[in-house]
Amino acid sequence: MKWKTEDGGWSPYLAGALVGLLAIASVLATTQWLGKTSYLGASTTFVRAAGLFEQIIAAEHVESNEYFTKTKVRIDWQFMLVVGIVLGALVSSTTDKSFRLESVPPTWEKRFGPSIGKRAAGAFVGGVIAMVGARLADGCPSGHGLSGMMQLSLSSFVALAMFFGVGVWVAHIVYGRGKS
Amino acid sequence: MNTAQWLGLFTGVLFGFLLQKGRVLRFDKQVGAMLLTDMTIFKFMLSAILVGMVGILWLSNMEIITLSHKPMNVGAVVIGGALFGAGWAIMGFCPGTSLGALGEGRWHAVFAILGMVAGAALYAELYPFFKSTVLAWKDFGKIGLPEAINISQWIIIPLFWVGTIGLFFWFEKKNL
Repeated sequence: MKWKTEDGGWSPYLAGALVGLLAIASVLATTQWLGKTSYLGASTTFVRAAGLFEQIIAAEHVESNEYFTKTKVRIDWQFMLVVGIVLGALVSSTTDKSFRLESVPPTWEKRFGPSIGKRAAGAFVGGVIAMVGARLADGCPSGHGLSGMMQLSLSSFVALAMFFGVGVWVAHIVYGRGKS
Repeated sequence: MNTAQWLGLFTGVLFGFLLQKGRVLRFDKQVGAMLLTDMTIFKFMLSAILVGMVGILWLSNMEIITLSHKPMNVGAVVIGGALFGAGWAIMGFCPGTSLGALGEGRWHAVFAILGMVAGAALYAELYPFFKSTVLAWKDFGKIGLPEAINISQWIIIPLFWVGTIGLFFWFEKKNL
């Protein structure tokens, strides 16, 4: 087993284990400084972002919407965590020269060609479906996959099995078997 | 910015850094996992879970932190999980990694992010419908696996470790 990948990245075992340590440090830090244990997650932030956008055009609608009220539209700890992910990935990729401007990923191009429009449509439609699912299931691969599994949450075992089970099935239909 | 926002930003920068170093942000890695040709994401996630679960469950046992299980609402987790899986396969990013992918220059993630914001807005509109249907079917509440099957977490954790490490050896043997 190597600690570095061919393109200068770290072994996924090493990087993953460090995320495990980060998750532990993060629950301690949030408990200590924010008074409430918070777990790594991402998908709730998309609800808050949607609420913030909608507030610009229809503030009353956001105020009267039950789900936005329940979620509390504000820039909180998790919102800034999600912003931080962009910065962290930017720092890491620019310092090890793995930063690449990519408009159509290779696996997609093999199947659907180099059209940016098609990729944009696929990403957008996939995003809508995935986020409706994530909100219904109350988590994504961060909230359920990492944080929920670390707590041995029953719902996370089921959610993760569904994410990957259906993901594997749909990916084989969409991209075709044996292509990568 | 307040303390919560600064702490979130700091944690997020470290999280994004490690996600990028693990090379799990890319579309091809995510779809590769779903096509079962590249196990990078499984290796990364399972390693994080193995380490994280020991610390988090121990800290919870010591009553230093509190657990926050997501509810085992059967219809919501099964249908929501299935929808997420389908959307994930097409999009090739998950919510957290889409932002990281943007950070490493894969700018087509913007369309995924916009789609997910639109999806969140759609869910907010559909919430009353889900609340009276799927979410109302059967909810076992916020429970952990140890309570659900009545086996101590200190038995489940070693079993989980052994099973996962066995899986890792298999990945390496098969060169996945």
